[in-house]
Amino acid sequence: MKIKTTENYKIELLFSAVSFFSLLALFLIFLTLAKESFHSIKEIGLIKMITSSEWYPTDEENPAFGMLPLITASLYVTFLSLLISIPIGTLSAVYISEFAKPKAKLFLKSFIEIISAVPSVVFGFWGIVFLVPIIQKLFDLPTGYCILTSSIVLGIMAVPIITSLCEDALNMVPSSLREASYALGAEKHTTIIRIIIPAASSGIFTAIILGAGRIIGETMVVLMLSGGSAVIPESLTDPARPITSAIASEMGETVVGSLHYSSLFTLGLILFVITVILSVLAQYISSKYSLKLGKGR
Amino acid sequence: MKKVLFNHAIKSIFFLNILLVILIVGFIFIKGYKIISLKFLFTMPYNSMTEGGIFPALVGTFLLTSLSIIFALPPGVITAIYLNEYVKNKHLINIIKISINTLAGVPSVVFGLFGFSVFVKFFGFGVSLLSGAFTLSIVILPIFISATIEALSAVPYSLREASMALGATKLYTIRHTVLPAAFSSIMTAIILSTGRAAGETAPILFTAAVFFQKNLPDSLFSPVMALPYHIYALMTEGTHPEKQVAIAYGSALVLIITVLFLISLAVFLREKRRRYVNFKH
Repeated sequence: MKIKTTENYKIELLFSAVSFFSLLALFLIFLTLAKESFHSIKEIGLIKMITSSEWYPTDEENPAFGMLPLITASLYVTFLSLLISIPIGTLSAVYISEFAKPKAKLFLKSFIEIISAVPSVVFGFWGIVFLVPIIQKLFDLPTGYCILTSSIVLGIMAVPIITSLCEDALNMVPSSLREASYALGAEKHTTIIRIIIPAASSGIFTAIILGAGRIIGETMVVLMLSGGSAVIPESLTDPARPITSAIASEMGETVVGSLHYSSLFTLGLILFVITVILSVLAQYISSKYSLKLGKGR
Repeated sequence: MKKVLFNHAIKSIFFLNILLVILIVGFIFIKGYKIISLKFLFTMPYNSMTEGGIFPALVGTFLLTSLSIIFALPPGVITAIYLNEYVKNKHLINIIKISINTLAGVPSVVFGLFGFSVFVKFFGFGVSLLSGAFTLSIVILPIFISATIEALSAVPYSLREASMALGATKLYTIRHTVLPAAFSSIMTAIILSTGRAAGETAPILFTAAVFFQKNLPDSLFSPVMALPYHIYALMTEGTHPEKQVAIAYGSALVLIITVLFLISLAVFLREKRRRYVNFKH
């Protein structure tokens, strides 16, 4: 009997070790990115890379690794696409959670989950064949590949993600709040605006943070639609090169171990740190929130 | 008046949302369905990518996704078992769950960088099927773990108690009672993860994918063509962009159909089971 217990104990130990694989993977990703970016950070300096605005990594005489144009492009695209996806996403969630009938609700939730799985390369492809020519004609541009195009497509792509996260948040609002509001004679739209949305506000905020993390890390859409010029964009119709697009398009042409190679890993490191902070922040907020309201359904 | 306006605004925005997606998928469907034929699916591309089919890209995507599932399966199932059956300590559960969720939020291109540095370079696998599959397996691990945890927690507690009452050890109970009872829902988790893995492009960009290959991959160490990468490459590389677009439409449609079929199947199976579980209690 004693042998059996130690055997079980050993297995539990093994299982617990395997369970830390996700944490280990996070550490390994961080270490790998840090190790590969060390060369460029030591040579140029992180602050200097982030704050200078000349990105000429392949220039033979005077290569420059200023990441400001890439970072600004990423921020522009993320902000603009959130501007599109937040209103559509949250209001769609309100519809599913408050207006749809129970049976339709189940179906719509599944539908949203399914369409959020459409691969990003398909959105990028649709952008090229459909939206790029339209934007080009509409604004009379030399090329339709610009910040606006990639933001619109990214925004459309992020809508189902934000919808399903917000819907979860609205679902967490205890129905007692809803009933209390109706009992006081409030109408449906008053209840939604004054009671449900405020009660779910931290959940909605979490959804927006998570959505921002997804958008800033999205690669294929911005790679295919942003146009790729590494200059600080001055208007929405300028072509640009966001961080992810720079990594994806330049990794193929760089020499392993070169300063350029290392600076691409520095970009990866910046992206990794941003998304980890956003993700942990979102989880922190949502854990505080569920404590406050209780896990009522 | 305000009330009516508000309700209508919300409804129309919701239907706008649905309409947009139908517009996108429908557009590709209308332009692409004429291109898809058995010949398109089962022949090699020729004439510098302007004619022929997408057979090697299909094979590549199939190999990449199946291998990545095989790699993600053991750590995924064990983590789910540990979280659902063993740990009682809340802090420990929290740490593991936070790291799973955080891993799920890491951008796919960062996984690509990691895979390049570790599998392609450090382990020396080169740009290959193996490197790509390892990279993809880390990408899908969080999705797979969450779905498997749901599968295990749907197994009624009474089954475990009955097994324990008959004198079975915990491990025996898990192997002979919990896992068989959760088998079909773990299959659902596998289908869901396959759908995700099949559509990912950025992780295989530097670790596995090539635009053109003369022969089908013959070992784990040969690079592969893959469907999502094929669409990207057809639109950005090559010498005959006008003729390549047609093939890209076909490839995009095949990819959409594959991914949507897998995800819908997984969601359908899961919802059916959820209702059944609710009914039983």
